[in-house]
Amino acid sequence: MQDNHAKKTDEKGGYGTTGHEWDGIQELNTPLPRWWLWTWYACIIWAFGYWIAYPAIPLVSSFTKGVLGWSSREAVVADVKGLQTLRGPMTAKIEAVSLADIEKTPELLSFARAQGAAAFAVNCSPCHGAGAQGSKAYPNLNDDDWLWGGSLDAIHTTLQHGIRWDADKDTRSSMMPAFGKDGTLKPNEISATADYVRSLSGLPTEKGADLALGQSVFAANCAACHGDNGEGNQEVGAPKLNDKVWLYGPDKALIMERITVGGGGVMPAWATRLDAPTIKSLAVYVHTLGGGQ
Amino acid sequence: MTHPASHSPSLWQRHQIFEKNSIILVIGILIAISIGGLVEVLPLFYLKSTIEKVDGIRPLTPLELTGRKIYVREGCYNCHSQMIRPLRDEVERYGHYSLAAESMYDHPFQWGSKRTGPDLARVGGKYSDDWHRDHLRNPRSVVPASIMPGYPWLEQNLVDISHIGENMAVLAVEGVPYTADMIKSAVSDAKTQGSADDASTADFTKRYPKAISRDLGGNVGRLTEADALIAYLQLLGTQVDFKLYDDKANIR
Repeated sequence: MQDNHAKKTDEKGGYGTTGHEWDGIQELNTPLPRWWLWTWYACIIWAFGYWIAYPAIPLVSSFTKGVLGWSSREAVVADVKGLQTLRGPMTAKIEAVSLADIEKTPELLSFARAQGAAAFAVNCSPCHGAGAQGSKAYPNLNDDDWLWGGSLDAIHTTLQHGIRWDADKDTRSSMMPAFGKDGTLKPNEISATADYVRSLSGLPTEKGADLALGQSVFAANCAACHGDNGEGNQEVGAPKLNDKVWLYGPDKALIMERITVGGGGVMPAWATRLDAPTIKSLAVYVHTLGGGQ
Repeated sequence: MTHPASHSPSLWQRHQIFEKNSIILVIGILIAISIGGLVEVLPLFYLKSTIEKVDGIRPLTPLELTGRKIYVREGCYNCHSQMIRPLRDEVERYGHYSLAAESMYDHPFQWGSKRTGPDLARVGGKYSDDWHRDHLRNPRSVVPASIMPGYPWLEQNLVDISHIGENMAVLAVEGVPYTADMIKSAVSDAKTQGSADDASTADFTKRYPKAISRDLGGNVGRLTEADALIAYLQLLGTQVDFKLYDDKANIR
């Protein structure tokens, strides 16, 4: 690089060169576009304003707070409070009125259903599906087949305390034994019981199935919770077995799997995550999906 | 804009020393960057308002730490952030905004800013262990519209916990308060946490308060990568009791 060459003017562009030269190659000194330059200056001036208005410069034991006194944490508290104020009158009514009365009051019902739908989409749909249609092991909430009860109060209790959620001492709890894993039932007994369970809802059974054995095994091991005729028991969350609604599926293999491993689904307790009015709204929303009792 | 060389040297001419000597240029760059860095970074280490002590934060258990390593290995951070920002909509959807203390033992933290999937900072306790198992195996089996890839190998691979003590020792050097006792019992603690009704649970919960040891749904005695990852996911965002946390006291 050789400096202090004579600064020439470029013939085509009309701008001078910087006077730098590298092996005969010279550098044009074309000015920046005006609009760009002025935008840049404006940004610098804006930055000074920002420093004055907002928290900016660290000092020895604190920092400049800015004349606006803004803080992100205060801002979000104010924003959430604003939202609560907006919903305040309706939320207060939802809190004060019983679940049944919410359903009877059109104004409250539409609010609760809207709030419930929003909360359902965020919190419940990952398991129960966007349309509450459920999937294998996660119950459909649109039908009238309920595991733990489909009344407003039953749904509300389930929402608050969850199912088999150990962290909540009031959680709904029961556990189907693992009849196969624990060795309580032999494979042929499990097979016969699965066929018998299918026969309860009128499904075809396998050729040569020992339904008499299945019936006696069922009576001895299953009827205590699922009922003598497989009518289920909402006290212990035992599914109804004599209808066409299946939690895991009607295939014999799936029924045998359930008899073998036992257990039951887990639902979180929402009282620790959602506030009381939201849970009430959710109860109303689920109850009005179609199957509420 | 011409200025003859005979005048006193201009600023540009004095600048030549940097342009003509690469070592001097490097030193000059280092000094300039250091000043910028020190002004921005140093105050965060001494300003009271940027260091917040929060009750309830404990280091990850060996099993959770292993899960975290799997989380990083599988690149979960590419689509999931772990940072609820102090904005109304985020607080409404995910819960209380994240506190710096909640990731104080993370090396490196998993905050992120890209959300192809939802934020996971408070996913702990939101779903059941079984749901996580189903969802990791095939997300579409529970969320039909999900675009998350399946990770079916996680529940097939036995988890490697043989080096977890060494990992903890390194983290201890970085400032995570793992004691010699914790490091010594790392492998047995990992096994304890992944099984229910283990005799060593009392010692384990003494070392890691409120850590839950349970059968995470896999086969007993067969601790898989899915178990470790689920243990980690179920912890996320659950350590601080926000009923006790004073929002107002920490406004800044």
